[in-house]
Amino acid sequence: MNISRRRFLLSTAVVGGGFIIGYAATRPSRHRIANDTLAASGQHYITAWLRIDADNRVTVYVPHSDMGQGIFNSLSMMAADEMDANWELVTAEQAPATDLFANGELISGFASEFGVPSFLHGIIGASALKVAQLVNVQATGGSSSVRFTGEIAMRNAGAAARQMLIECAAQRWDVPADECYTKLSYVHHNASGSSFSYGELAADAAQMEPPEKPTLKNPSEFNIMGKALSRADIPIKVNGTAKYGIDAFSKDMLFAAIRISPVFGAKLVSVDATEALSRRGIKRVIKLKDSVAVVADNYWRAKEALNRVTTEFEQTGNEQVNSTDIFAQFDHDLAAGSGKKILERGDAKKAMDEAKGTIEAGYRVPFLAHATMEPMNCTVHFHDGKADVWTSTQDNLGIRGRVASIGNLDENDVTMHPVYLGGGFGRRLPFNWNMIDHATLIAKGFDVPVKTIFSREDDIQQDYYRPAVSSNLRAAFDAAGNVTTWENRFTGPIMGPGAAHIPYAIPNQSIRYVNSRTHVPVAAWRSVDHSQHTFFTESFIDEIAQYSGKNPYNFRMELLAEHPRHRKVLEVAAASAGYGQDLPDGHAMGIAVQESFGSIVAEIAEVSIGNNGQLRVHKVTCAIDCGRAINPDTVEQQVESGIIFGLSAALYGEITIKNGRVVQNNFPDYNMIRMAQTPEIQVHIVESGEALGGLGEPATPPIAAAVTNAIYILTGQRIRELPIMNHNLTRSAPVAQR
Amino acid sequence: MATFKVNGVQHQLDIEAEMPLLWVIRDELGLTGTKFGCGIAACGACTVHVNGKAVRSCVIPISQVENAEITTIEGLALAINGNSPTAAKYTDVQQAWINHQVPQCGYCQSGMIMAVTDLLANNPNPSDEDIDRSLSNICRCGSTPRVRKAIRSLANA
Repeated sequence: MNISRRRFLLSTAVVGGGFIIGYAATRPSRHRIANDTLAASGQHYITAWLRIDADNRVTVYVPHSDMGQGIFNSLSMMAADEMDANWELVTAEQAPATDLFANGELISGFASEFGVPSFLHGIIGASALKVAQLVNVQATGGSSSVRFTGEIAMRNAGAAARQMLIECAAQRWDVPADECYTKLSYVHHNASGSSFSYGELAADAAQMEPPEKPTLKNPSEFNIMGKALSRADIPIKVNGTAKYGIDAFSKDMLFAAIRISPVFGAKLVSVDATEALSRRGIKRVIKLKDSVAVVADNYWRAKEALNRVTTEFEQTGNEQVNSTDIFAQFDHDLAAGSGKKILERGDAKKAMDEAKGTIEAGYRVPFLAHATMEPMNCTVHFHDGKADVWTSTQDNLGIRGRVASIGNLDENDVTMHPVYLGGGFGRRLPFNWNMIDHATLIAKGFDVPVKTIFSREDDIQQDYYRPAVSSNLRAAFDAAGNVTTWENRFTGPIMGPGAAHIPYAIPNQSIRYVNSRTHVPVAAWRSVDHSQHTFFTESFIDEIAQYSGKNPYNFRMELLAEHPRHRKVLEVAAASAGYGQDLPDGHAMGIAVQESFGSIVAEIAEVSIGNNGQLRVHKVTCAIDCGRAINPDTVEQQVESGIIFGLSAALYGEITIKNGRVVQNNFPDYNMIRMAQTPEIQVHIVESGEALGGLGEPATPPIAAAVTNAIYILTGQRIRELPIMNHNLTRSAPVAQR
Repeated sequence: MATFKVNGVQHQLDIEAEMPLLWVIRDELGLTGTKFGCGIAACGACTVHVNGKAVRSCVIPISQVENAEITTIEGLALAINGNSPTAAKYTDVQQAWINHQVPQCGYCQSGMIMAVTDLLANNPNPSDEDIDRSLSNICRCGSTPRVRKAIRSLANA
């Protein structure tokens, strides 16, 4: 095992004459515990492994989950480009959840002792393999895969491999390394006309020390990155062979249906399962702390039997809580305290006192469920003091640790089987573990695989929800009508402080929040805090423009003098959409722009309202500055995806609490847009060359305000509460846009 | 006793008459390409063909498909292209899905492809209104703009 002196890169031989190179990193993770632990100990963990075999094939091990974002494709493109690999010879595999995270002590004493992941044991020729205790994180979220794993680990590992292969070839030929060059998985020497394939060099390269700081390509040298290459996972997703967590299957498998207390956190008091137990195929009825499960030889049998189980749950004190109480609590808490500071700039209070005019508005958004197409499910097979797990998760390593701890097993005795995810959107992130916990406890009493599945009703009613938020906004103006002050007071919890920031040059700003907790469990939902706050801030900036007597586009551009990237995406979107030109009668365009996860996105929605009040979103024109596009087709796809996800929420999305529990049940009352409501979407990629931005999330936040800003023009109605479907829309004379 | 054919294979199972076709396919036969999405025919993820017609299998009791020919996503290419050695591996719809890189997470696409295949069999050149009216499948990833493009590419072919 060889490591570079700075200990970021490590390489070793593999059986059969190949070599493998890994990149270790300490990078900020969304996983708070991991961050704390890593920061405290200076630990490193491996984020990328590249393997070159003697037959010249390249395998890229991707430590992330694919939930539709094409991550295997983008990350292996980045590694392959830096390697100058032949793309036809490159395949990507999901790095199985295993000890990818080496502990700091082991890294220090690395050469003989470094923890090599056990999934590589069979192919690694090194003798001393001690696998480190791990920090359990392999999370996919925060639109981070390409930005961090790709930009840092994949590119460095690829570039290091290339340099080592060149060095090897140069030694064999006894020529200076700078006379050699690489192309399509070969090292060439022009003067002698000789060449070696990477595979021919791999065994020798494994003996070399990785370079301390590999030289990365300039974007002008890219020959794989930037191309719209097809995803390898598409063919298996059109013929039914891609395996998702819910597709785990064996002849002896059992299936569990579960009823968890409908009021969050209530304990189970009593169960009558007499009728259920008499039904065909029922193996067992299992009582858990907050739930009852029926295990059968077929999911439908389990579910039908469960429908005949009567249960009583303990009172929690939340049985009278309704959504109206929750929003009343928010209003009360906002009125009661000045809150915690997010941003204070200038002197907002003084400016407010001296104002010649003010406007204020209260905005609110409801809780939302994730509603991934694949309902939450988890299969656990306990046998021989070990466990095998199949589950669709954004965090394989975290789940491994969780199953081990609940199942009283050593983590090394839990094997995670990689599967595709039928959507994620934050639902399958660490800590959203109710499915995993219940499935593990249910399976524990069996020695065959037990697959626990949430029905769609369970999935919607036992989620960790996008937080409902109320935001009270105020703006002040001077005698000339210029906006001087922006004040925002909103309810938490917040998951990141940046979402409520505005890019606009308003001299006095006061942004504060008050934590107002409820009994409803909350978690990240695609774009985290941005989906709520972009609706608030991009609506209110329109209100300010209206008060100032300015056109929403020109007003934004004036206040964005310091933000050329924001201006650029607005310009590109406006030009493409034909903003400001004549529209068909009854049509209007609304604008919104937001920076999130390192990308800046402008969206312009063209909307109409029929004489019957029927809203239609005809077209969304979007410009995104994500720095650079690794795969432009994937960028476009993620932007389309983010807009449609956000549009479903803006139009229909609402989780209502009544008597302490969720009212909505299934897709009819938690509705989604379909073909008929899908707008035409135009995507423009602005290549600024700045640091890579995320893609999975940034297109979601602006769409709600883009649509409601257009509705305002058509109706004079300012939509300050989502979803839009709760409002009766009536066309009026168009509100003048200067 | 329920008697039916799935992807050309005859099955005779001793199961309850009211067991939905979806759970027969998934849990009794172990064919997992057909997906569970909602259980109430609201999302279309479970769409299969019964005698060539698209149906949402989560609400069809097995007794309703007695002696029927059922095709799931796994058997679609065989049903349409046949099993000659030169038969294409993918149907035209599947190939269009690959060409337009339609799927993201892909979970809903089995049902989407089964529904689109039926639509195009009856209406080879559908208008946008036809597409909107006949395709109510849910895709949470938002593949719908590409679904439309892929259908148009077939309609124009």
